[in-house]
Amino acid sequence: MSAVIESNHDDHHHGPAKGFSRWLYTTNHKDIGSMYLWFSLIMLFIGGAMAMVIRAELFEPGSQIVSPEFYNQMVTNHGLIMVFGVIMPAFVGFANWMIPMQIGAPDMALPRLNNLSFWILPAAFGILLSTFFMEGGAPNFGWTFYAPLSTEYAPPSVTFFIFSVHIMGASSIMGSINIITTILNMRAPGMTLMKMPLFVWSWFITAYLLIAVMPVLAGAVTMMLMDIHFGTSFFKAAGGGDPVLFQHIFWFFGHPEVYIMILPAFGIVSHIIETFSRKPIFGYSSMVYAIASIALLSFVVWAHHMFTVGMPIAGELFFMYSTMLIAIPTGVKVFNWLSTMFKGSLTFETPMLFSIAFVALFTIGGLSGIMLAIAPADFQYHDTYFVVAHFHYVLVPGALFSLLAGAYYWLPKWTGHMYDETLGKTHFWMSFISVNLTFFPMHFVGLAGMPRRIPDYSMQFADWNMMVSVGAFLFGLSQLLFLFIVIKCVLNGKKATAEVWEGAKGFEWTVDSPPPYHTFSSPPSMETLKA
Amino acid sequence: MEPGATQLSQEIFGLHMFVFYVCLVIGVIVLAAMAFILFQYRRKEGVKPAEFDDSKTLELTWTILFALILIGLSIPATKVMIKAYDDTEGEINILITGHQWKWQYEYIEDEVGFFSNLSTSLDKRNNLAPKDENYLLEVDEPLIIPVNTRIRFLITANDVIHSWWVPDFAIKQDAIPGFVNTGWTYVSEPGVFRGQCTELCGQYHGYMPIVVKAVSPEEYASFIIGKKEAKIQQALLTEKLWEKSELVTIGEDIYQKNCVACHQVSGAGLPPIFPALVGSDIVLNGKERQIEILMEGVQGAAMASYAEQLTEVEIAAVITYTRQAWGNDEAGDGRIVLPKEILDYKNNKL
Repeated sequence: MSAVIESNHDDHHHGPAKGFSRWLYTTNHKDIGSMYLWFSLIMLFIGGAMAMVIRAELFEPGSQIVSPEFYNQMVTNHGLIMVFGVIMPAFVGFANWMIPMQIGAPDMALPRLNNLSFWILPAAFGILLSTFFMEGGAPNFGWTFYAPLSTEYAPPSVTFFIFSVHIMGASSIMGSINIITTILNMRAPGMTLMKMPLFVWSWFITAYLLIAVMPVLAGAVTMMLMDIHFGTSFFKAAGGGDPVLFQHIFWFFGHPEVYIMILPAFGIVSHIIETFSRKPIFGYSSMVYAIASIALLSFVVWAHHMFTVGMPIAGELFFMYSTMLIAIPTGVKVFNWLSTMFKGSLTFETPMLFSIAFVALFTIGGLSGIMLAIAPADFQYHDTYFVVAHFHYVLVPGALFSLLAGAYYWLPKWTGHMYDETLGKTHFWMSFISVNLTFFPMHFVGLAGMPRRIPDYSMQFADWNMMVSVGAFLFGLSQLLFLFIVIKCVLNGKKATAEVWEGAKGFEWTVDSPPPYHTFSSPPSMETLKA
Repeated sequence: MEPGATQLSQEIFGLHMFVFYVCLVIGVIVLAAMAFILFQYRRKEGVKPAEFDDSKTLELTWTILFALILIGLSIPATKVMIKAYDDTEGEINILITGHQWKWQYEYIEDEVGFFSNLSTSLDKRNNLAPKDENYLLEVDEPLIIPVNTRIRFLITANDVIHSWWVPDFAIKQDAIPGFVNTGWTYVSEPGVFRGQCTELCGQYHGYMPIVVKAVSPEEYASFIIGKKEAKIQQALLTEKLWEKSELVTIGEDIYQKNCVACHQVSGAGLPPIFPALVGSDIVLNGKERQIEILMEGVQGAAMASYAEQLTEVEIAAVITYTRQAWGNDEAGDGRIVLPKEILDYKNNKL
C-alpha cells in the first residue's frame, strides 16, 4: 500500500516537463528510449530510401537513374546509416526502455550521460547527411571504407565522415558504460546475475563488446585523418605504409560489431518465444554461455573477411577454424528456441510471428555463414552477392525482424494501447514474403558470379535482379505500414492491461500500461515474479 | 556456380557442393522440425504446456554433434586450401597491375605487355543500343595464355585496391598497392574465360572486366612474337614526322577509350572533380604543362599518369586531339605535339 502512495507522490512532483524542453533536457530512461526508437525509425526510412535508389538502378542492365558515382554514395551511406543509425540506436532504445524495467530499477544509473549519448547522435548523422550537399559529394568508398580509396582517393567530405564516426563512437561508448553500470548496480534485491532476464544479459555482454571495439574504430578513422591531412603514411604504400593494416584494424572492430547488432536480438526473441509458448525458456544458462562465447569468439575471427588479401596459409586456416567454431554456440541457441516451443501451447500474435521468422531465416543466414567460412570456397564467394545475401539475411530478417518483434511485444506496455492485430499480421506477411523475394535470389546471382557494389551488370544476372528489385520495393512499402501501425497505436487503441500478454513473466509486466513516468521508486521483490 | 576450367577450380567446386549439401540437409531438418513443432503444439483447448526447462544430456549431445559436423567439413577444406596455396614459380609468370579502371598485363620473361580496357560502348551502357551476351564482360585486348602450361600470376595495384577474379580459374586475389599477391592456373582446354574486378575501387569499379583467352602453345608463341615486333614498330613510329590530321584521328580514338569517363565526350568534364578541357588555359596555350600532366598525372587529384599506359604516339595524338577539338584550335595556339617530343620528355627525365 505504501508503495502506491509513494509512486503517486513522485508523479506529482516529477512528471514530464512541457513542450520541447521535455525532450531536450530529459534524463528519463523512458523518454530517451522513445527518442532512440523514433530516431532509428526515421533513419530506417532514410537508409531505406537509399536502398530503393540502389534497387531502381539495378532493376535492369544498363544505366538507369543515377551515375556510377552517386550509386557508390548510395551504397556507402545505406550501409553506414543502417548499421550505425538504425540497428544500433534501436537496440539502445530497447535497452533504455526495458533494462531498468526488467531489473526493477527506477532509471538508468547515469541519466545525464544518457541524455548526452542520445543527443549527439542526431548531430553525427546531420554531419554525415550534410556531405551530400558538399562539393565532391558524400562518402563513396563503401561502409567498410578501405584505404587508400577512403584516404588518398576520397572526396573532401571524408573529413566530415571521420568526425561523424567519432561522434557515433562516443555515443555508443557512453551508452555502454551506462548500461553496464545500471545492470551491475541497480538490480532488484535477490536478482542475481544468473536470474537476470536474457535481454538484460545479451545487452550486458554487448555493452562490453562496444567498449572494447569502438575505440579501435576511432583509432582507424584517426589514422585516416592523419594520412589525409597531416602527411603520415599509415595506409599509404608509397610512404612505407600498409593498406592491409587498415583492413585488419577495421575488421577487428567490424566483426564484434556484427555481433553487437545480433546479440540483443537473441535476448528479445528469447523473451517473446518464452511468452507465446507459455513455457519457460529452455536451457537458460546455456543461452547465457552461448552469448558469452559468441562474444569472445568474435575477437579472433576478424580476418575471415580478408581471405583474399594474400594471408599466409596458417592465417587462412586459423581464421577458417575459429570462424567455424561460432556455429556451435549459435546452433545451441537455435536448438534451445526450438526446444522452448516443443510441447508448449503456441499462439501466433504478431511478435511471435516475427520471432519465428527470425529463428527460421537467421538459420538460413547462419548456414550461408558456414559456407563462407570455408576459406578455399570463399575465394569464389568473396565480394559477390552471395555475401550480400548472407549478411542481409542475418541483419534484416535477423536483427530488424527482432526489433519489429520487440516493438510489437512492448508497444502495448509503452503506449497503454494494443496495436491493431490484423494490420500487424498483414505487416508481418508482407514483410516475410518480400524479404525473401529480395534477399533469397541474391544467393543465386552471387554464386553465378555477380560482384557486389557494381552499378551495372551483365545480361545473365538480369532476371534475378529484377525480382530482387520488386521484392525490395515491396519490403520498403511494407515498412510504411509499420509506421502507420505505430502511430495508430500511440494515438489510440484498445486499452492494454498491466500484464498485456497472458503468462508474460518479468517486472515490466507488473506495472501499469503505460507505466508511470517513474517506475520502481522502491525496488520490487523477486517474489512478485513467482506467480 | 560452375565447375570451371582447371583442376583447382573443379576441386573448389566439389568442396562448395559438399558444404552446400551438408548445410542444405541441416537447414531442411531444422526448418522441418520447426514446422512440426509449430503445427503440433499450437494452442489447443484443455492441453497444458509442459514445464521442463533444461536437459543437460540433450544439450551436450547436440553440442558434440555440431562439433563433429564441423570437423567433417574442415578436413576436405584444409586439403583444398593447401593445394590452392602453391606459389612456386610458373613456366610463364605474368604481372597483373590494377589501375583505376583497367588491367595491365606484363609477360615478365618476354618483356612485353599491354593494357586491357572495357570495350562495351557507351551507347549500350546508356540503353541506346541493344546489349549482347558479353555486355560489360568484353575487353579491347584479352590476356592470352597457353594451355597445358603452369602459369603464375603476380597481382598488384597502382592506385587503390582492386581484386582480380576469374571464376573459371577459382582465382580471386586482391590487387593491393605495395603488395604482390600470387595465384596460379593450369588450363588444359582452349577457351575464353571472363571475370570482373571484385573490390570496390571507385566510380567505374563495375566497368573493369577481365577476359582471358587460353590458346595452343603455338598460337601463344606467335602472339608473343607479334607483341615484340609491335614494340619495335612503335619505336620507329615515334621517330616519324606526323601530319596533324593523322594525329587527330588516332587521338580521337584514344580519347574515347581513356578520357571520356571523366572529361566527357564534349570535353566539358564534370567540374569540380574532373576539369573541363574546352577552353582550359593549359590545353589552349600550355603545351609543355599538358605533356607533363599526361606523363606524371596530377598529385592529389583523379588524373593518373599515362606514361606507362599509352605509347608515345598515342600520348602525342591525344594531346593534339584535345588541342584541336571543340574549337580549342581557334581559341588557343593550336600547336600539335609530335611523338618525338614525348620521347624527348622521357629521355630528359632519365
